[in-house]
Amino acid sequence: MATTSTTSTDAPLTIAGTSLGSRLVMGTGGAASLLALEDALVASGTELTTVAMRRVARPALGAAGAAATGDTSIWGLLERLGIRPLPNTAGCFTVREAVLTAQLAREACGTDWIKLEVIADDVTLLPDPAGTVEAARILVDDGFTVLPYTNDDPVTARHLADAGCAAVMPLGSPIGSGLGIANPRNIEAIAAASPVPVILDAGIGTASDAALAMELGCDGVLLATAVTRAADPVRMARAMRLAVEAGYDAARAGRMPRREQALASSPADGRVAVGDATAAPGARDNLDLAL
Amino acid sequence: MTTSPDTFADPARPAAFVNGEPYPLDGPVPVTDLVARLVPEVVVDGVPRGVAVAVDDAVVPRGAWDRTEIRPGMRVEVVTAVQGG
Repeated sequence: MATTSTTSTDAPLTIAGTSLGSRLVMGTGGAASLLALEDALVASGTELTTVAMRRVARPALGAAGAAATGDTSIWGLLERLGIRPLPNTAGCFTVREAVLTAQLAREACGTDWIKLEVIADDVTLLPDPAGTVEAARILVDDGFTVLPYTNDDPVTARHLADAGCAAVMPLGSPIGSGLGIANPRNIEAIAAASPVPVILDAGIGTASDAALAMELGCDGVLLATAVTRAADPVRMARAMRLAVEAGYDAARAGRMPRREQALASSPADGRVAVGDATAAPGARDNLDLAL
Repeated sequence: MTTSPDTFADPARPAAFVNGEPYPLDGPVPVTDLVARLVPEVVVDGVPRGVAVAVDDAVVPRGAWDRTEIRPGMRVEVVTAVQGG
């Protein structure tokens, strides 16, 4: 008799025709050091990782400037680990800033993949839906593979997919909050309706959040701070890898129906009697149900 | 003690604005030369890696760096990938 074993790798996450061996997309912000980040990235199993674009440091400013380059850079690290870079437009508050940053990222990183972020304000850090859709249209027309960071709103997600985005990335809760998935019904609705992969982005605090995202139907999870600011980033990275795989399998395993009442899972017949065990059958109704 | 031309900001000298700061210029400088001066460590075997340049809000493709000259008054952004997101 043949048995079939299914694993998460049977159906890889495919974005714009490119298959990824992991459904966990990592960010790199907040890591204490490049060395610690490297260990966490390896433990996470990720094959796609975000980077930000910033001005290079001027020589006179020394290593304390904005951006290190060369072998000590995040760029060199990802190249060495064979991880595909996903540049972002973090910190952009306007469509023009986001489009120029994306175009610079394409030149610098040699990829037309872009994590589009158009942020509404620097307090909530929530996506600006109108600006995000407008920038997405411009970048799709310009040949980019656009993965937009968006609100947990099914209608905005639909507009982004209609605009030609290669994926949509709704937030679970605000960036860096670690509050998990604030509106699971909306995430489920986005995942159910989306013609393109849905990657939950932002808000993940711990492994159960990542598993829930996958159980709600997401195709992947993007997280950074949950790992980089954990007390043990490497261990949390491994936990996230396992959680994404567990949630993916659970979502496809056909979960049992929920019940309002308890239901015994052992047979009701043949139970041991002690003393005068002639209890009325009516008192054992929910055990009878087990048969 | 000598003063680096990169950091010497004399308001009387003509300057471009590189990453938001005055960058004195005695004459036009090709983008290739500016990048090599600014971040020599990214140039490997004569090829700059992981860096992009915009002049006056438009990206200059790497293939056009040699023939694109930075002149006084131009606004130049030189960026690279950093940890983030």
